[in-house]
Amino acid sequence: MLIDAINGIIRTITTGSRAYKLWVGVLLLLAAIGISFVVKQASEGLIVTNMRNQVSWGWYIANFTFLVGVAAAAVVLVIPYYVYKYKPIGNIVLIGEVMAVAAVSMCLMFILLDMGSPERFWHLLPGIGIFNFPQSILTWDVVVLNLYLFLNLFLVIYALARIYAGKPYKTGFIWPFIIFSIPAAISIHTVTAFLYAGLPSRPFWNAAILAPRFIASAFSSGPAFMLIIFQIIRKRTKLEITDESLFKVAELITWAMAFNLFFLIAEIYKEVYSATDHIAALNYLYYGLQGHDQLVPWIWTAVIFNSIAFLILLIPTLRRSFIPLNVACVLIFIGVYIEKGIGLVFPGFIPGTLGEIYEYFPNSLELWISVGVWSIGLLIFTLFAKVAIAIKTGEIGHANPAEEH
Amino acid sequence: MSEDIKGKNKGSLTRRKFLAGLTAGAAALALPAGNADAYMVEEYFRQHFKRLSEDDLKDILKKMEDELSFKYGKKITVKATPPMDDVVFGYALDLSRCIGCRRCIYACVKENNLSRNPQVHWIKVMEFEKENKKWQALEHSNRYYNPETVPEEGKYYVPVQCQQCKNPPCVKVCPVRATWKEPDGIVVVDYNWCIGCRFCMAACPYGARNFNWGKPHVPKEEINPNMHYLGNRPQYKGTVGKCTFCIQRSRAGRYTACVEICPVGARKFGNLLDPKSEIRYILEHLKVFRLKEELNTNPKFFYFFSLGRPVKR
Repeated sequence: MLIDAINGIIRTITTGSRAYKLWVGVLLLLAAIGISFVVKQASEGLIVTNMRNQVSWGWYIANFTFLVGVAAAAVVLVIPYYVYKYKPIGNIVLIGEVMAVAAVSMCLMFILLDMGSPERFWHLLPGIGIFNFPQSILTWDVVVLNLYLFLNLFLVIYALARIYAGKPYKTGFIWPFIIFSIPAAISIHTVTAFLYAGLPSRPFWNAAILAPRFIASAFSSGPAFMLIIFQIIRKRTKLEITDESLFKVAELITWAMAFNLFFLIAEIYKEVYSATDHIAALNYLYYGLQGHDQLVPWIWTAVIFNSIAFLILLIPTLRRSFIPLNVACVLIFIGVYIEKGIGLVFPGFIPGTLGEIYEYFPNSLELWISVGVWSIGLLIFTLFAKVAIAIKTGEIGHANPAEEH
Repeated sequence: MSEDIKGKNKGSLTRRKFLAGLTAGAAALALPAGNADAYMVEEYFRQHFKRLSEDDLKDILKKMEDELSFKYGKKITVKATPPMDDVVFGYALDLSRCIGCRRCIYACVKENNLSRNPQVHWIKVMEFEKENKKWQALEHSNRYYNPETVPEEGKYYVPVQCQQCKNPPCVKVCPVRATWKEPDGIVVVDYNWCIGCRFCMAACPYGARNFNWGKPHVPKEEINPNMHYLGNRPQYKGTVGKCTFCIQRSRAGRYTACVEICPVGARKFGNLLDPKSEIRYILEHLKVFRLKEELNTNPKFFYFFSLGRPVKR
């Protein structure tokens, strides 16, 4: 049985349409290019990036932050399915969890790439190393991210194994894990926000609104990404995903984006109206500071994209029509990617704690490495999702397609 | 907070044995291994400074001395001098005297074996315009001033280095406790334990922590051979370093290099617990202030003005 299953899995990921093979080939190529730059970085050190003492975290941490949000967003799909028994969303929950696994894997890769001495990772292991828990909020992030990764892996693998064997779920057994995945998802993004929010040295981050904003932006960008992927999946595979379930996700995105924009206004009002010295970073981001304005076009792009997308989604007839819906999803994905990366991590360091304005932007090595990580992440998602769909649709295993899991 | 890992006599014996086993195993795998390779393997598996037994530490210091002496072609000593009883170091800087010459930076780089290429500085000197209404408007300062001579008319200078906080935010955030506050108040880094996550750099309000972005390079002929394990020994690529009040000097009863070099006597250093020390005299008789006091970091680095009114308002 196990041998059969492994054979089936190997057959599934090695066969497919030309488009599938081309996609996997391109991802492998991009991953290889990324890895070649990783080798350079590993031998020469992080000096090959544009990061310096003044801006000590950059593009890698920006991507990490964004992807924690994407990972957390799987829960948006879980909530209506399991808690409200909203059945049409069932098929896509599984794919959402697979996406969570891929996204957390990317997060961990970005963290490793950002470390100056990643080979010393064993220093973190409790027992042989020192795990500064609970003092260091970073150790909390290590805990929740790994917990979330294994929780999602477990949920997906358990479900697939049952479906493969043609057996129904043992709901009583799996229920507590499913319920637990909801606070777990919230916690990964909350704790990630706390990494920043707990630093009084950086007034731009040291705000109570940060964690709520992280959640709101994640719950709009993650599902927006998923909405597009679901449409590709249902076009290219036999997995059934109803229009109704996609529109339900679109509704969730709308409210999440409403909160995101509201929090943004609250944040900007507080800074602008009180107008203390702490406004410097916000000024740098939105208007430029002493002639340094590298991030200004980026952040306004994000604000405009998010606002337009919100207006599109607010109108039910547009939200329930695929062309405007997809436009809105792409705008939100780009908007939040800019907002959480360029718009959050960089200006936290600009101006620096001693007032220095060091304008940071990733160089081509950092960009290529991040392309490599994204490729590996998408590869994990593609292969994992393909196997999951094959099992779900009964191409391999003994699924009963009539039964809704 | 760090008390629990100080109790190194009990559980760590098994851990040490376990690690020794790992080391031996890895060393066997790395055949054929010369001395340098064996040292690298030992270094990779080396435990946190506070977990090393006295014997381990002695052994490590000896090996490190041999390794460094070979590398730099001269006799090098690496000590791990412990803190003295009833000593907490404090520092005071006279802003009315500082002329912005930056000799302190040069002395610090030389004394602490900081990388020359890429350049690493533990002290920063900022230049301000006297005309500026708000002296703490840091964005208006300039670290890269380069006039023919200093001090320039209408300018004043504020050197900043690690403020050796009583409440160090950098220590709190470190995920592996690679940095901690010693009993004499010095915040140190175990360069062999730091994983290079740079959370401490984000947390430090004074820009005092410096990352070795590339492989540190110190020319052989310029190496300072009197080293301390927690201080001025050569650092590694991908780890964080910072001012240690020249721990190799201060714990031997000497002034720091920056105090010694300052041509105008703007820098004062001493034992805060000694009522007769110069630092105590300054704290008791002059008005002093500290940077960003509202953050509650409680620095042991004070600024003062001994001469008149320095800033024309």
